[in-house]
Amino acid sequence: MSAVEPTRSGAPSELHIPLEYSGAARVGGPLLAIRGVEGVGWDEIARVRLPSGEVRYGLVLEVSGDVAIVEVLQGTSGVDPDLVTVAFEGRPFDIPVGDGWLGRVWNGMGEPIDGGPPMLARERRAVNGSPLNPSQRDVPSKPVLTGISVIDALATLVRGQKLPVFSSAGLPHLELAAQIAAQANVAGENFKVVVAGMGLTHTDAAAMRQVLETRAASGDLVLVLDTADDPVVQRVLTPRVALTIAEYLAFERDQHVLVVLADVTSYCEALREVSAARGEVPGRRAYPGYLYSDLASLYERCGRIRGRAGSVTLVPVLTMPGGDITHPVPDLTGYITEGQIVLSADLHAQGVYPPVDVLATLSRLMRKGAGEGRTRADHVPLAAQIIASLSRARAARELADLIGAEALTETDRIYLEFEDAFYRDLVNQSSDESRSMEGTLDRAWRVLSVLPERELTMMPAASIAAYYHGALPKGTRRTNAPLGDHASTPAAPGESHG
Amino acid sequence: MSELTDAGRVVRVNGPLVEVTGLRDVAALDVVEVGPLRIPAEVVSIRDGRLTAEAFEYTGGLRVGDVATSRHRPLSARLGPGLLGGVFDGLLRPLDVGPTWLGPGALVEPPSVATWPFRPAPLDLGTLLGPGALLGTVSVGGGFEHRVLVPPRGKGTVTWLAEPGTMGEDETVAIVGGHSLHLAEDWPVRRARPVRARLRHFAPLVTGQRVIDLFFPIAHGATAAVPGGFGTGKTMLLQQIVKWADVEVVVFVGCGERGNELADAMADLGALRDPTTGTSLRERTVILANTSNMPVMARVASVYTGMTVAEYFRDMGYRVVVLADSTSRWAEALREFSSRSGELPAEEGYPASLSSSLAAFYERAARVTTLGGKEGSVTLIGAVSPGGGDMTEPVTAQTERYVRCLWSLDRDLAYARHYPAVTWRHSFSLDDATIANWHATQGRTGWVEARARALSLLAEADRLSSVVELVGLGALPARERIVLLTGRLLREGVLQQSALSENDTFCSAAKQSALLDMVLAVHDKCLALVEGGLPASAVEEFDLTIVTRARDETGPDDAEGVDRLRDEVLARIGSQA
Repeated sequence: MSAVEPTRSGAPSELHIPLEYSGAARVGGPLLAIRGVEGVGWDEIARVRLPSGEVRYGLVLEVSGDVAIVEVLQGTSGVDPDLVTVAFEGRPFDIPVGDGWLGRVWNGMGEPIDGGPPMLARERRAVNGSPLNPSQRDVPSKPVLTGISVIDALATLVRGQKLPVFSSAGLPHLELAAQIAAQANVAGENFKVVVAGMGLTHTDAAAMRQVLETRAASGDLVLVLDTADDPVVQRVLTPRVALTIAEYLAFERDQHVLVVLADVTSYCEALREVSAARGEVPGRRAYPGYLYSDLASLYERCGRIRGRAGSVTLVPVLTMPGGDITHPVPDLTGYITEGQIVLSADLHAQGVYPPVDVLATLSRLMRKGAGEGRTRADHVPLAAQIIASLSRARAARELADLIGAEALTETDRIYLEFEDAFYRDLVNQSSDESRSMEGTLDRAWRVLSVLPERELTMMPAASIAAYYHGALPKGTRRTNAPLGDHASTPAAPGESHG
Repeated sequence: MSELTDAGRVVRVNGPLVEVTGLRDVAALDVVEVGPLRIPAEVVSIRDGRLTAEAFEYTGGLRVGDVATSRHRPLSARLGPGLLGGVFDGLLRPLDVGPTWLGPGALVEPPSVATWPFRPAPLDLGTLLGPGALLGTVSVGGGFEHRVLVPPRGKGTVTWLAEPGTMGEDETVAIVGGHSLHLAEDWPVRRARPVRARLRHFAPLVTGQRVIDLFFPIAHGATAAVPGGFGTGKTMLLQQIVKWADVEVVVFVGCGERGNELADAMADLGALRDPTTGTSLRERTVILANTSNMPVMARVASVYTGMTVAEYFRDMGYRVVVLADSTSRWAEALREFSSRSGELPAEEGYPASLSSSLAAFYERAARVTTLGGKEGSVTLIGAVSPGGGDMTEPVTAQTERYVRCLWSLDRDLAYARHYPAVTWRHSFSLDDATIANWHATQGRTGWVEARARALSLLAEADRLSSVVELVGLGALPARERIVLLTGRLLREGVLQQSALSENDTFCSAAKQSALLDMVLAVHDKCLALVEGGLPASAVEEFDLTIVTRARDETGPDDAEGVDRLRDEVLARIGSQA
């Protein structure tokens, strides 16, 4: 039995008796044309039965007169137009919703691939969802902590936010995505994670399952995996299945839900392939003209609703083809999402993990998730100061490359030291290391303390007094503050927040 | 062909594209309702009795054979006293009373139950009234005087006028020329509301944002486009204008943008007080929210609806600003629509009519004499989201041709956290001379000269910094090094503005001029010092943080405070030399 076995509960009020039509007038690509149909609605689900007894599912793409065009999710290979039968269900593609998804592994259509039973529940929801009334949205607030210093300190993820990871082929974005999914938490409140893999290779999928094993075992994780050899039409549904599960958990079960979608570029390739098969007019780089709206229909499903406790936070991961940030997929994503985390091939080559390009990275909602009462009072100016200083350091580095380091001023040289310390002591961490917020901020201050106090123009005096260690003369190393894991370092007096 | 009736039948559904036969008396662009949920759809073509319509909502479940009826009128907006402070979708259906999830059929135009206190104008019965004549006023939230006028197409003798009292939208306020006029009126959104005359631009629309007001000012009734890639702070800049523009009414059209941003803007506007009336800024704002996940066709309508609402308030004699974020999403919706209806695509798949559609839209902005003889204006500011930051893409390229001001946002500036990231290199204002004259009439005769000097110093500093990257600072003559220093002071002390700082989020015209004068005075002083023989490196070591912090350390209107700081820094430079 499959997870999408139709039930009557989601049917329209009038009794719908699915009529079976035999024979297709045309088969091609993922499409079937069925003649002689009556009362078939657009976008409803069709059950396609092959003579072997195999059942596939399809969506109605167009009804015109007595012809219905059906897009078969699993493709039409092996479909004999004369022997196929098609029944129309009178409802959109939907899935059961409930807690039964948790702790399990599913394919892109919501069928079990972990050997367990299918998901069964009385309540069902259409996977396309409905737009959330913007006037009922609540502003994102409070952080989702990832345990990854560079993200928590400089691009804090906020509950209800959508913050993508922009990467390129060959970079450890899946590793980072898995680490975020494995470590993220909301400081003791109800928290669940839904991970949707789209077009992953079997190797990547296996690695992802392994990293997430512990979290899955605790029943806090739903893993929806569509692999690169699955039919492309199914890939278009995968994120919708994941988001439908997440919306239910968040808004009807009061959970804070983090959804990780990887890789959105594979999703867009699938969308382009399906669009071409439908014969649609192509837009930029042959992606369909509605790519923006389609991506928005995924990304905009995150957020908070006034009067409800839960939230959906979204981290889409995408690879920029050829590292090109102006490619339609990252470009349109950037227009919808609230900031971006950009990975850099240069940093990766230098052995930094996670290789986050801090100056191109931004969490637009950071102020809603960081600061007094959320993380720590000094957090926001601290992040601003570090980014401004890195920007100065980068300018100094470029100057040094051109005219030689000896031509730099003393201050510029200190900035270069600061930059080294930043990557060594704050950014770099292992892929299974989770750092506390306190530990991360503590490291950030240690890095900032490489700079002389007069350079900290953005920091309030009180924060400097509380946390600044002071720069030491050149060539000496601080001995009373060993570097390593400072997750357990006690907070400075009077400044303790989760 | 079958007989035409009042109830047609759906014969084809392909997403929002619906074809209907058998419906009589339907004109192009009329609205038909299809299926059991009565989904509104706009008729785009009629051929041999077969209508092609674009549905404004999700058409899932719509079948061949479903009923279609005609509204016998084009898409219209219900214009009345309930608009200010409200949140609506692209068809002007109220969202704040709608359900949490917006499935098809979820939003309806509810029978309006609200009532408003109406006060009739002192009119003698029997007076001949023309369009735009005042019938009475309604006091809505925040003490705003909502004026009830004879609609553009009405005229005649007034034979009856309502007594003072509360009334609903559909109640008759007057009988003019034999027609009952209601508190609210309907207007087809794609048609510009008529005016008596278009006027020349005159006064600036003060935004309180220095880079705009000082360098690329916009006049009331003019148009501006704000192109910027993602992450360049486009929405933040528009929200600043929503908050601070010196107008009576703001219409914000969130067209295909983020839901969270709208929620944030609404919360912000609710918390901020109008400095003149003391009421919340929400009370002077109409928000049209068609977020990116809401149906695409309603996005096409939303910009026209927003413009119609603005014209309605303009006709009352108010100054209105419309902010459309983003016109690119609107253009994309046009593209989606035209490609589905089989039009031949032009550049990048956009319809060949893109240019004329943009022109028609921007031309609805104007400073006018209304039909009733009052002065009113609609200023239009449209965000543009160039794909891949490519400023030659069709929407950006076509928009630039029709606007009076261009405020280009620059990714490098944004990455350097220089906000607002309006670049002085690729921005323009065609109304600068007009506005210079206006400043002169306000006694700020130095405005035009100071602005010109600052712009040329900025340009020179840009040119010099590319030289410095090649040969190093040391190779430059002293005068050029001072120009570089001044360029930095202009950027940090004048152009950058913090939306989050209480003192800096808004800056009055007087403080703007004072800040600019301070930087120029410092420039002159430093120049005099190096000409007197002081090495440029010594001048570069001066502590000039007073200059860069003045914007944040004096109140929003504290020009005297800035002048004091100027005297202080000039004295200090004198003593350090």
